[in-house]
Amino acid sequence: MISLANPTRFLNLAGSVISWLAAAVLALLGIGLYLAFFVAPPDYQQGETVRIMFVHVPAAWLAMFGYVLIAIAALGTLIWRHPLADVAAKAAAPIGATFTLIALVTGSLWGKPMWGAYWVWDARLTSMLVLFLLYLGLIALWQAIDEPGRAGRAAAILALVGVVNIPIIKFSVDWWNTLHQPASIIRAGGPSIDAAMLWPLLVMTLGFTLLFVLLHLIAMRAEILRRRVRALQQTQVERAGRGLRRHHA
Amino acid sequence: MPDLGPHAIFIVAAYAATFVAIAALAFFILDDNRKQCRLLAALEQRGIRRRSAQTQAAVPKPRSERKRRS
Repeated sequence: MISLANPTRFLNLAGSVISWLAAAVLALLGIGLYLAFFVAPPDYQQGETVRIMFVHVPAAWLAMFGYVLIAIAALGTLIWRHPLADVAAKAAAPIGATFTLIALVTGSLWGKPMWGAYWVWDARLTSMLVLFLLYLGLIALWQAIDEPGRAGRAAAILALVGVVNIPIIKFSVDWWNTLHQPASIIRAGGPSIDAAMLWPLLVMTLGFTLLFVLLHLIAMRAEILRRRVRALQQTQVERAGRGLRRHHA
Repeated sequence: MPDLGPHAIFIVAAYAATFVAIAALAFFILDDNRKQCRLLAALEQRGIRRRSAQTQAAVPKPRSERKRRS
């Protein structure tokens, strides 16, 4: 892990795994979609709408995973000043925001036929909306501050303050009386979903998770290159400045 | 494709929204990556290199490597 702290080594490693990862994502999502539509049975209460679960649950899991990743990277930025920590956090924010938006939209499309409303100010839904706003805040902060080091530290503080929302999302269905159903996979007594639905869900979740990792690696590459471009442009400006001074002398 | 019943529109809309969001995200990330690669290559072509790259170029290669090359 320590050897990966070197951005050049990271770029080489990312370059060698990206195509394998892309192939695994395509295969898993292909199998997952087949299982979701042709193998998983309709639910005895929700009927066919339960098929929305196969995109909604992985998206919701990755929305939280992305934020936890950013919070861990924030510790790396503030405590260990790891050279890739801020890069990892900045690259994860738009991906996490997209999966949060997917969870909100698909949840809303699932809610309408089941609850009779696209949106209710329920604890789970509201805390997910707060997560989406936190992601937008982080992205805005990185955009607002020009110097990457300063932007990274400011974003790291915001990320660590916002991480308190993660347990609220997870336990909102236990702490408050909500319309959203309680946990059915990660729970004390084991999953409460029938295996015929659980397996397609696990395959889709693994496919979505690898897709997150794939997009994150590419976004991290782009961010490292952006910082190199910025450094070279500064060198260019300094050289031009020196040349101008010599010319005037 | 199984019969998706009376709520088919919600199921199809959920999958379509997911596909559009992921496709847009992937396009944005890949486009950004390509753009940064292009910018970096253009700067390096103009002879502007990172200090570490310059140092590597300035340090003479070990004898064994020089022999192998010649």
